[in-house]
Amino acid sequence: MEKRVVFNGRLLPYLLLAPQLLITLVFFYWPAGQAVIQSFLVQDAFGLSTEFVWFENYQVLFSKPDYYKSMLTTAIFSSLVAFFSLSIALLLAVQADRHIKFAAGYKTLLIWPYAVAPAVAGVLWLFMFQPSLGIISQAVRVAGFEWNPLLRQDHAMTLVVMSATWKQISYNFLFFLAGLQAIPKSVIEAAAIDGARPARRFWTIIFPLLSPTTFFLLVVNIVYVFFDTFGIIDAATQGGPAKGTETMVYKVYSDGRSGGDLGGSAAQSVVLMVIVIVLTAIQFRYVERKVQY
Amino acid sequence: MSEVRLQSVRKVYPGGVEAVKGVSLEIADGQFCVLVGPSGCGKSTLLRMVAGLETISGGTCSIGDREVNEVEPADRDIAMVFQNYALYPHMSVYDNMAYGLRNRGTPKDEIDRRVREAARILEVEPFLERKPRALSGGQRQRVAMGRAIVRKPKVFLFDEPLSNLDAKLRIQMRVEIKKLQRALATTSIYVTHDQLEAMTLADQLVVMNKGQVEQAGAPITLYERPMTIFVAGFIGAPPMNLLDMPATGVPGLSLATPVAGPVTLGVRPEHLELSAEAGALAIDLTVTAVEAVGAESYIYGALGGQGPEIIVRIPGRDLPAIGTSLRAVARSENLHFFSRETGIRLN
Ligand SMILES: Nc1ncnc2c1ncn2[C@@H]1O[C@H](COP(=O)(O)OP(=O)(O)OP(=O)(O)O)[C@@H](O)[C@H]1O
Ligand SMILES: [Mg+2]
Repeated sequence: MEKRVVFNGRLLPYLLLAPQLLITLVFFYWPAGQAVIQSFLVQDAFGLSTEFVWFENYQVLFSKPDYYKSMLTTAIFSSLVAFFSLSIALLLAVQADRHIKFAAGYKTLLIWPYAVAPAVAGVLWLFMFQPSLGIISQAVRVAGFEWNPLLRQDHAMTLVVMSATWKQISYNFLFFLAGLQAIPKSVIEAAAIDGARPARRFWTIIFPLLSPTTFFLLVVNIVYVFFDTFGIIDAATQGGPAKGTETMVYKVYSDGRSGGDLGGSAAQSVVLMVIVIVLTAIQFRYVERKVQY
Repeated sequence: MSEVRLQSVRKVYPGGVEAVKGVSLEIADGQFCVLVGPSGCGKSTLLRMVAGLETISGGTCSIGDREVNEVEPADRDIAMVFQNYALYPHMSVYDNMAYGLRNRGTPKDEIDRRVREAARILEVEPFLERKPRALSGGQRQRVAMGRAIVRKPKVFLFDEPLSNLDAKLRIQMRVEIKKLQRALATTSIYVTHDQLEAMTLADQLVVMNKGQVEQAGAPITLYERPMTIFVAGFIGAPPMNLLDMPATGVPGLSLATPVAGPVTLGVRPEHLELSAEAGALAIDLTVTAVEAVGAESYIYGALGGQGPEIIVRIPGRDLPAIGTSLRAVARSENLHFFSRETGIRLN
C-alpha cells in the first residue's frame, strides 16, 4: 500500500523552500555581497562621497601591524578554546559512556550551557570574575592572587577563553558521546582481553577510532571561535584591555562601527569569509570521504 | 595445565535477570568443549564470565590451579574470538595480530616471528598490510583466529565465530578450527547454536537450557542416551519423535512390552524402519508429506490416521504416495522413555 503522500504540481516544492531561501538570501548572501562591494570602496570622513579604489583597502589592512596582532590573538584564542573545550568534553563523554545509567540526567545538565546566548555567557562569567565584586575573583583574592581582567591582558584572555570554552563543551560532549557509543563494545573487550589496560585502551583504540569526530569538532570549534564568540568578547572585555582580546571578528566591528572605517572593516569581513570557506572545504573533503583510519 | 573448572557459577544481571543458574563444569586440559542451547539460555553469559568480561555473581571459576573470579581479563591468559570478529578497524592485519603481544612487552623480533607463523598457518600472509575493511568475511574470521593463536593462551573462547559466514565457508572453517585446536592442544570453549557444529567439534558437549546444564558428555552419548526430553529434542536433525503416552495407550501404537503410567516415548526418525513385521515398537501411520533430500528421504505421517506427526527416515528415493497407510517399527534399544512430569529419562 502506498503510504506516502504525493503532491502534484511544480510550485509546491519552491513554495516550501522559499522562506529558508529568502532568509539565506537576505541575511547571508546580500550582506556578504555588500561586504565585498564595500571592501573596494573608500568613503570620505563625512560620508559624502565614495570612491572605487580596487584593492587599496586590502593593501592598507595588510600593512598595519595591529591586523597581524589581531590574527595572533585569534590564533591563541581559538587554539586555547578548541583545545580545552575538546579535551574537557572528551573527558566528560568518557565518564558518561562508562556510567551510561545516569547519562540522561548528566547529558541534560551538560547541554544547558549550549542554550545560553554568547552575550549572556560573557556577562555571566564577567560577573563571576568581576575584579571587585565577582565571587570567583574574591575567592582567588583570598587565596592571595590578584585577579584583574580589566587591567591585565592575560587575565582578560583567560576570562574569555573560559567562557567560550564553557559554552562549547556541551556541543562537543554530545558528539563525543555519540562517537563513543558507535564504537563496537566487542572491539574494546577484545582489547581488554589482549592485555590493554584502560589508559592504553583509550590511546590505542578509542582515541584513534574517534578521530573522525574529533576532526569534525575541531573545524566546527574553530569556526565557532572565529565568529560566535563576538558576543562573549563584547560583553566581557570589549576587546580590551589595550586590544589584548581583540579577535579578528571583533576588530571588524570595532574598526567599522567605532572607527568609522567601513572599507577596511569590509575588507576584514571578506578575509574572514575566505577563511571560513577554506575551513568548510577542508572539512567536507575529509568528512565526506569518511576514511580517517 | 590449563583445565577450566566452574563450580555452581551464577550470573544475575543488574535488573534481576538470572541468566546462569548454577553451572558446574570440568573442562580438561586440551579439551574442546562446546556449549549449545536455544537462544537466550545463557551460553554467551557463561563464556563471558570465563573471559572476565562479566562479573561472576556466585560460585567460582578457575583456570589451571588459579581461581580467577576477581582477575582482570588481561591477566587470565585467554583469547576470545567474537561473532562479529571485533578486529581493530584502524589497524592493519599485522598490527591486529601483534597488538596483544605488544601490550605484553614481547620483543619485536619474537612478535614478528609469531605473527608471520600464525599468518602462514591461517593463510592470511597476503593481507598482512591491509586494513580489516578490505577483507572478506572469511578472511576477517581468519585474522580473528590469528589474533587468538599468536598469544599462545591457556584457553580459547569462541562465541559463535562462524555464524556470520555462508554455509560452505562455515563447514570449511569448522574443519580448520578442529584441526588447529588438535594441533595446538589448547583448552577451548566454543558457543554455538548450530548442532552440526556442536556434534562435530566437541570432545565434551554441553546442552544448556534456561541458564542450566541439561546434560554434558561426549556428543555420541548425548545422541544415544539423552537424559532429558529437552536434550532428546535438541540433539539430532530431523528431531526425535516424542509422543505423549497416557496410561490407556495411544491408538495406532503398540509396544511389545507395555509401560506403566503416563510417559513420553522418544524414537529417532533414523531408527524407524518400514516393515510389516512386529517390533518392540510398531506404529501405524498415514503419509501426509514426503521429502527427498538425496541419499535419504523423510516421510511425515499422522499416527493412527489423525494423531501427532511422526517422521521416518528411509534410505533412497523410493517414496510412498501421500495417503498411503504404513507401518514403522523400531528396536527396543532405540526407544527412549521419559517421565512426563520431570522430563527425566526413565530407561
Ligand atoms: N547485559 C545484560 N543485562 C541484562 N540481561 C542480559 C544481559 N545480557 C544478556 N542478558 C540476558 O541473559 C540471558 C542470557 O543471555 P545470553 O546472551 O547469555 O544468551 P545466549 O545463550 O548467548 O543466546 P544467543 O544464542 O541468542 O546468543 C538472556 O535472557 C538475556 O536477555
Ligand atoms: Mg550469545
